[in-house]
Amino acid sequence: MAVTGRGAGTVSAGVSRREALVGAGAMGGLLLAGRSAQAQGAKSPEKPQEIKVGIATYLSGPASVFGVPGRQAAEMLFDEINAAGGIAGIKVRPIFVDEGPGVDHVVGEYRRLVQSEGVHLVFAAISSADCIACAPLADELKRPTLLWDCGTQRIFEDRRYDFAFRTQANATPEILSALLYLLKVKPDFKSLAVINQDYAWGRDSWDIFRTGMNALKPGVKVAAELFPRFGATDFSTEITRVLALRPDVVLTTSWGGDLDALIRQASDRKLFERATFVMPLAESSLQRVGKALPAGHIVGARGDHWFLHPTPQDPARLKKFSDGYRSRFGSYPIYPCFHMAQAVSAMKAGIEKAVAAKGGGWPTDAEMAAAFKGLEFPSPTSSVRIREDGQGLENQIIGTTLHADAYPFPVLTDMLVFPAESVTTPVGQKSADWLKTLTPDMVAKLPQTVAYKPA
Amino acid sequence: MSWLSENGILVGLALLDGLSYAGAVFMVAVGLNLVFGVLRVLNVAHGSLYAIGGYAAASLGLFAVSLGAPPWLGLPILLVAAILVGIVLGPLIERFLLRRMQDSEPVLQLLVTFALFMILEDLQKLIWGVQPLVFDAPLKWLGTVDVPFGGDVIPFTAYQLYVLPGVAVLTLAGLAFVLRRTLIGRMVVAVTVDREAARAMGIDAARVTLLTFTAGAALAALGGALAAPTVSLVPGVGASTVVLSFAVVATAGLGQIEGAAVAALLIGLGRSFAVYVAPEFEVVVPYAIMVAVLLVRPQGLFGVAETRRI
Repeated sequence: MAVTGRGAGTVSAGVSRREALVGAGAMGGLLLAGRSAQAQGAKSPEKPQEIKVGIATYLSGPASVFGVPGRQAAEMLFDEINAAGGIAGIKVRPIFVDEGPGVDHVVGEYRRLVQSEGVHLVFAAISSADCIACAPLADELKRPTLLWDCGTQRIFEDRRYDFAFRTQANATPEILSALLYLLKVKPDFKSLAVINQDYAWGRDSWDIFRTGMNALKPGVKVAAELFPRFGATDFSTEITRVLALRPDVVLTTSWGGDLDALIRQASDRKLFERATFVMPLAESSLQRVGKALPAGHIVGARGDHWFLHPTPQDPARLKKFSDGYRSRFGSYPIYPCFHMAQAVSAMKAGIEKAVAAKGGGWPTDAEMAAAFKGLEFPSPTSSVRIREDGQGLENQIIGTTLHADAYPFPVLTDMLVFPAESVTTPVGQKSADWLKTLTPDMVAKLPQTVAYKPA
Repeated sequence: MSWLSENGILVGLALLDGLSYAGAVFMVAVGLNLVFGVLRVLNVAHGSLYAIGGYAAASLGLFAVSLGAPPWLGLPILLVAAILVGIVLGPLIERFLLRRMQDSEPVLQLLVTFALFMILEDLQKLIWGVQPLVFDAPLKWLGTVDVPFGGDVIPFTAYQLYVLPGVAVLTLAGLAFVLRRTLIGRMVVAVTVDREAARAMGIDAARVTLLTFTAGAALAALGGALAAPTVSLVPGVGASTVVLSFAVVATAGLGQIEGAAVAALLIGLGRSFAVYVAPEFEVVVPYAIMVAVLLVRPQGLFGVAETRRI
């Protein structure tokens, strides 16, 4: 039908020049009107019927031991928010996506969540690799994104983002606080062996620990660096090796089934009687391994998370969260549940702040993202502040295992809560450089530990 | 020589660890190899059967303990659970899935077993959830054995020192006996060597295949059940196990039972020595052994090079 030619005279057969001009004018008018409406929308978007939140978590694979409790916590907390009338009067709805299939899948899901589902926020993710991939996407698609559980410190040390924020600490404070605690309670140790999972976290966390240890206590002999396969089920050879080497301390940043198996096998072979274990992630395993884990070993919780926290800012809030989770899911909440609670709390506080700044109107994505910078929000145990670089400042709790009659698993005693600022790399610095500047007097300044008190 | 005299005791410890690991690996790989020999299918779902065997043994064991059963009962429970899983899932999978794919392209069969693996992984999560599960009553009951080390002792669990290698040796001997000395075993060998000729001689090849697959499934489940007292069962445990089993099977030669034992031993000892000598290569060693063997003998250590039918 169309006739090829030049100039405005090229029209479809049967359509006059006048009609074509009128049509073009009308189309132009419509386009302009649309753009104008869009521009107006950018100033004051319509209040949504519901706030949709995309949540990336592990629903399959070994990391689902964290991902599923995280999802359960989200379901409980979203229900609570909706029962209380929503956020700014709007109900919230989570849309979960699985991190299990890998980074490419999560990136695809992120785009789908934003472009097809039209989510207002994204919570991403447990895997550091997924967070590293999603943070640039947040800026590209201009969708506020809360990094709710991943640990790598590199994200905000290597780049700045306008739409990505972390609602918890990162690997540096999590590992450094465990090291500081070890130096406080067992200052005379002379040798150490490490048994970490053979993947990025296992290697990176050992780098952080070793760099800090070299600065704070130079001269410690590293007896063995063992990196069994991620997902390994048998650690007997590593245990025999460490038993033969007899180091004073064994560090393991392993988690999930790997850590459970290591604890049980080390316990069966009496390795806990010969060395002090430092396990920065073991809070998440305590309920599963039970009293196979003996008393007297150092346990961390990737933050300020412990259902028997000695000094919660608001005891009623912690009790409501812990009891609520336990009554619904049959176990005490572990750290991914707390991390999820922090992300949900940040979301609520951030949206309310943005809506208030807009005088009750619904904010644009950019306005909502801006609300997260400098935001302080309550966590189940204290509060978290998001720094200007997007990194959350979260306290760290470390303790020593104790067998108490009231619980069928070890609890923590001699607990020490590290203030976030004291163990977090300052804005603009890289952890690898900052850790080298630490001095041994840092240990002397640590506060006193707090003993376990029965609830 | 001087290194050996200085580190002789360490070598001994590495041998003990390697034997135990080899026993555990053999138990999984042998079923996979048996099934391949008869069905000519590389069954990816073998990993799921391993995982389900482990979960079933742990559930059954924990249930028995909750009823006040004595700890020694845990050992037969492991066997019972494995047999149950084999008897229930083996015939189901063979009869309703693999038999229909018998004449399909090998790659299609591989894909179908992979799909089954994914389905069974989800089923496993549906039943047992995602939290790690363990049943260590038999291990605790057997206690530890102190192995002298210089002026010191190194505790090993008796389960690790005796049960895992012991069951592996019994399984190997039992399979060798059945395959060579019994009628059903000879029928299995006949079907393995030439299915058509076996049928022409009046062997019910379909029944033999069903029995073999069921036995293979039970062996996979037994591998998982034996692991249940020492490992934590989590989602994904089957995947990591089946990958290692493939390495054993490829090293041994497809369909080779004794070969699987030798390959498991090589890989077990290789991995164990790597932890002592060069721990950074621990993860790579099993696969490095596989590659080294396949470079020299593409058909595996004990495989027989076959003329390709055109």
